[in-house]
Amino acid sequence: MGYLRGFVVTFRKLFEKRVTIPYPEQKRPKPDRLHGRHVLSRYEDGMEKCIGCELCAAVCPADCIYVRGADNPVDDPVSPGERFGFVYEINYLRCIHCDLCVEACPTEAITETKLFEFSFTNRSDAIYTKDDLLVDAETGRPQHLPWEDWREGEDAATSAWMRATSPSGDASRVGQVAWSGELGYGVRQPEMGQLSEVGAEADAHEADADAGGS
Amino acid sequence: MILAVDPLLVDGVDLTVALIVLLKAGLAFVFLLVSVMLVIWFERKLLSDMQNRIGPDVAGPWGILQTLADGIKLFFKEDLLPTNADRVVFRLAPYLSIVPAFVAFAIVPVGGDFRDGAGGVVSMFGRSTLLQVADPPVGVLFFLALSSVAVYGVMLAGWSSGSKYPLLGSVRASAQMISYEAALSLAIATVFLTSGSLSTNEIVIGQVAANWNILATGLVPFLIFLIAGTAELNRPPFDLVEAEQELVGGFHTEYSSIRFAMFYLAEFMNMITMSAIAVTLFLGGPAGPVLYEPVAWLWPTLWFFLKVVAFLFTFVWLRATLPRFRYDQLMDLGWKVLIPAALGWFLLIATLDIARDSGWPILPVVLIGVLVLWAGAALLAGAVAKARADRRDEADDLFGGYGEPSPTGGAGGDDRSRRT
Repeated sequence: MGYLRGFVVTFRKLFEKRVTIPYPEQKRPKPDRLHGRHVLSRYEDGMEKCIGCELCAAVCPADCIYVRGADNPVDDPVSPGERFGFVYEINYLRCIHCDLCVEACPTEAITETKLFEFSFTNRSDAIYTKDDLLVDAETGRPQHLPWEDWREGEDAATSAWMRATSPSGDASRVGQVAWSGELGYGVRQPEMGQLSEVGAEADAHEADADAGGS
Repeated sequence: MILAVDPLLVDGVDLTVALIVLLKAGLAFVFLLVSVMLVIWFERKLLSDMQNRIGPDVAGPWGILQTLADGIKLFFKEDLLPTNADRVVFRLAPYLSIVPAFVAFAIVPVGGDFRDGAGGVVSMFGRSTLLQVADPPVGVLFFLALSSVAVYGVMLAGWSSGSKYPLLGSVRASAQMISYEAALSLAIATVFLTSGSLSTNEIVIGQVAANWNILATGLVPFLIFLIAGTAELNRPPFDLVEAEQELVGGFHTEYSSIRFAMFYLAEFMNMITMSAIAVTLFLGGPAGPVLYEPVAWLWPTLWFFLKVVAFLFTFVWLRATLPRFRYDQLMDLGWKVLIPAALGWFLLIATLDIARDSGWPILPVVLIGVLVLWAGAALLAGAVAKARADRRDEADDLFGGYGEPSPTGGAGGDDRSRRT
């Protein structure tokens, strides 16, 4: 009767819980460090972090970033350095969300958010200009463009990558704050989740081994 | 006087009678169209349930209008005519496919009062009639004839496309449908023997006392009918005609727009008709108990629908469960298993009938019959095995042992030593 076992399997599936989620209406929670679209951050006093060094454009493998720097106006500086990002454009038809620009940035000016659900109907909308990318001057939140689909609270995670790794990649500095504050959020706390989990697991493993040995 | 069996036509034809006939035909047409819409939705939904998916759920409540949306989309698509196509036949083929699908349903009784020898007659506008579009005395033969005509639709569609894959698909289709039609007809022939009639109405009347043909013919013809019917419908696991991995879309690869929709429609209409015929022949059709007297007219139709839905469920279940046959396996199953089995069972039932009529003792007749069938099966199996061994030897002579893949997989697995 081996032939009939397959029928039992498919029949049982009728009553199983579905794994599929009806996507646009319901969404799964996204991981904090998801590589979504970029934002250009500001310091807590509202100054732009970008200094127009063009390292992000240089490192971009998809060649989708266009930056031009300019000297800061003496009487009304845009950024706390000598120069600032005068033009900043990202073409999202080319961007592969690899996050290399974020790693390259010396001032943590460009970071990636969790937001990736945007369906523009016009190719020119795909090019996000500096106005679109820069966070709001009052709240520090990303600009909500009309074709972007946001869920509650998704705009808050704008610099997760920075906080997930230890400064300079040195394990002994885990948990140390080595990043600047952001407008609207202040200096964010280090994200301890990854390491503490690994540590807890390793501890549990050791405890198991001990219990088994004794 | 072919149609004279229907009491509606016995007293001659006047305007009322003509209108009733037209009404019945129109209702059947509308019913089929609507039910095709629902069956496609039913299949997609059930299949997705069996595959742990959700399935269509956007158009209408539970996605029930999905087929309508698809149909509207297809209607407004561009209608392509390939350069190499035979223009007339290419345009004709979808109709050859869809018309038999419609017409075959005409002989299916979908309701009627079968209690106390009423014979399925109902009263409609003061005239008594049967709840089927037509009840020709050759009933089921008519169905078989139409399902043969449907082969032409598939065959000509593939041939006239002027393209490789449709041609291959249609060659497969005609071979498959003709092969399995033999088994199908032999399974149905057993029902004729038991019922003593070809008229669908009388076949149903014969099963009123819950002595359904599925038991009266001993289950085997029913199983053969189910398998051969699935193959006849080109449904999985016998869907080699449109095996996507091998033939793109099979015979309808070059079709688009409303012509493609017609093939699609015909396919599902045939599925409904095949289920309805199976219900009529083996499961007593609309005959069944009336559980609530005030709506007595409703019950037969309800029983009929429940049985048909059970069949549709089975077809979808088969599709969700079984992988596709290989073509040689398909032909082996058809010619070496189903046709001999159907033929043997037919002879057995015929022998039992004669034995009953002549008053012979039943037990020795059954024993001898089974013995003869067993001997026949053994002879057939021996012949098949011998033919296979001969083929293998021949292949060995020709190719030095590399001719046929070994049954354990891998070409000439145990011949590797010979090569060195």
